Amino acid sequence: MTTWESFDIVLAVLVLPLAFWTIAARETFVAVVSYVAYGLLLALVWVRLGAPDVALAVAAIGSGLSGVLLLGTAARLRDVEEQAAAARPSLLLRVIAAVLSVTVAAGLAVALQFLPDPAPTLAPVAARNLAATGVGNPVTAVLMAFRAMDTLLEKVVLMLALVGVWSLAPDRVWGGRQGPRHQADPQGMLVFLARLLPPVGVVVGVYLLWVSADEPGGAFQGSTILAAMWLLAMLAGLTDTPPVSSRRLRLALIAGPAVFLLVGLGGLWLGDSFLSYPAAWAKTLIVVIEIGMLLTVGLTLALLVAGPPERSARQ
Amino acid sequence: MSAAVDLFTIVAVSAGVFFFLAGTVGLLRFPDTLTRLHALTKADNLGLGLVVLGLLPRAAGPVGVLKLVCVWLLVLLGSAAVSQLIARAVRNEGPGA
Amino acid sequence: MNPLTVAGLWGAAAVGLGLYGMIVSPQPLRRILAFDLLGSGVFLLLGVVARRGAAAGFGGDPVGQALIITGVVVAFAATALTSALWLRLFQETGSATLPDAEGTGADAGAVDSR
Repeated sequence: MTTWESFDIVLAVLVLPLAFWTIAARETFVAVVSYVAYGLLLALVWVRLGAPDVALAVAAIGSGLSGVLLLGTAARLRDVEEQAAAARPSLLLRVIAAVLSVTVAAGLAVALQFLPDPAPTLAPVAARNLAATGVGNPVTAVLMAFRAMDTLLEKVVLMLALVGVWSLAPDRVWGGRQGPRHQADPQGMLVFLARLLPPVGVVVGVYLLWVSADEPGGAFQGSTILAAMWLLAMLAGLTDTPPVSSRRLRLALIAGPAVFLLVGLGGLWLGDSFLSYPAAWAKTLIVVIEIGMLLTVGLTLALLVAGPPERSARQ
Repeated sequence: MSAAVDLFTIVAVSAGVFFFLAGTVGLLRFPDTLTRLHALTKADNLGLGLVVLGLLPRAAGPVGVLKLVCVWLLVLLGSAAVSQLIARAVRNEGPGA
Repeated sequence: MNPLTVAGLWGAAAVGLGLYGMIVSPQPLRRILAFDLLGSGVFLLLGVVARRGAAAGFGGDPVGQALIITGVVVAFAATALTSALWLRLFQETGSATLPDAEGTGADAGAVDSR
């Protein structure tokens, strides 16, 4: 057994109890912390699977942002925890659920043994066409060039989720500011951190976007860091969520998909089809789209964590 | 030369791991939140510093070295701030926090 | 026992755990957590498939990895929307569970937007 294999086994043994504890823990706070730790260890598993871009995305979005979101919501739903915990389902339901889960898991594990060998793959196709896109990182090329349509639709899905969160506002604060107003001691540690970290975070976020052309990184990962910096400033009370009815906010949110659509329609007009890039302009167009994405996705992710509007716009 | 560099890496990383282990034992065995915080931050920051030190000879050029050191400094900043916040919460709400 | 087998088994186990948590947990946030766990298991399985497609000098099938990144982002959006829904339900009705369909209680369904 080589060192790498024993490392993998140790990793798997560490990840197992964390996932189990996420389901089985008594308090929601413990379960969320367990899930965050699980996500971070999972990032290591992703690196071992040869997918550093996915590892970055899982650590940032799956574990970091989701952790903030769930911890905040858990704190506000704390009062109903005992009430809900009293409604434990019957033993029969638990047994049926356990049997179902074990069957599904076993079925998936067995199905994995029957995967076709050699595995069908699009890697050679991607490698052949990589030079035409001007980027070196194949995952970026797939996201921004070969399957750009999926990325465009994904941004629209994010925006739809945000519109959904906005539409949960009560009538009296329609169009108001999202989430509660956070206050922190101006001389305290949180404000210090919120003043010191965002400039560094902005540089790191933009760097992750810029370097994704040839090395692991990506627009989503970079946007997550930008969103996290804004959230940090919000939580320290240094800045507030913008009112949902604000025109500038809505323009900034539309900017990303609009740029994407314009480039796509330009491809329809000047090239072969929707979202086709002329070869000489490919890299430039991709960078332009990614800058628009950075702005929009960063704003959207932060506002999704901020929660439904609770205060009127005039505050 | 290369063997000496490898030896340095192994020694430094092992020392770092030992400090992580010490910090985790402190987390598990110390009686209350404040002592656990103390064990965690001291041991983990020093442990990470030693691991980074051990990895420096293997970094990809001066930029790689800079990135590793920046990672260490950012973790230092984050964990210092967070342990202060936790300690303040414990002081305000009592040891049950 | 290579990383692929371990990750594959682990993905299947995570799907099972998440499914169990979703069916059984009475609290809303635990259901969302279980859903996220289920999602991460599915992504791991996709990752195993993508890893097996390693060819042409890449570490894995880039199309598969791009799909997983897309999935992670969309799963987060779903989590955010669901959390906001639960929060608003709690703020409006003071309860975290939906009332039974037979209309137990006078305020079942009477959620007026003040």
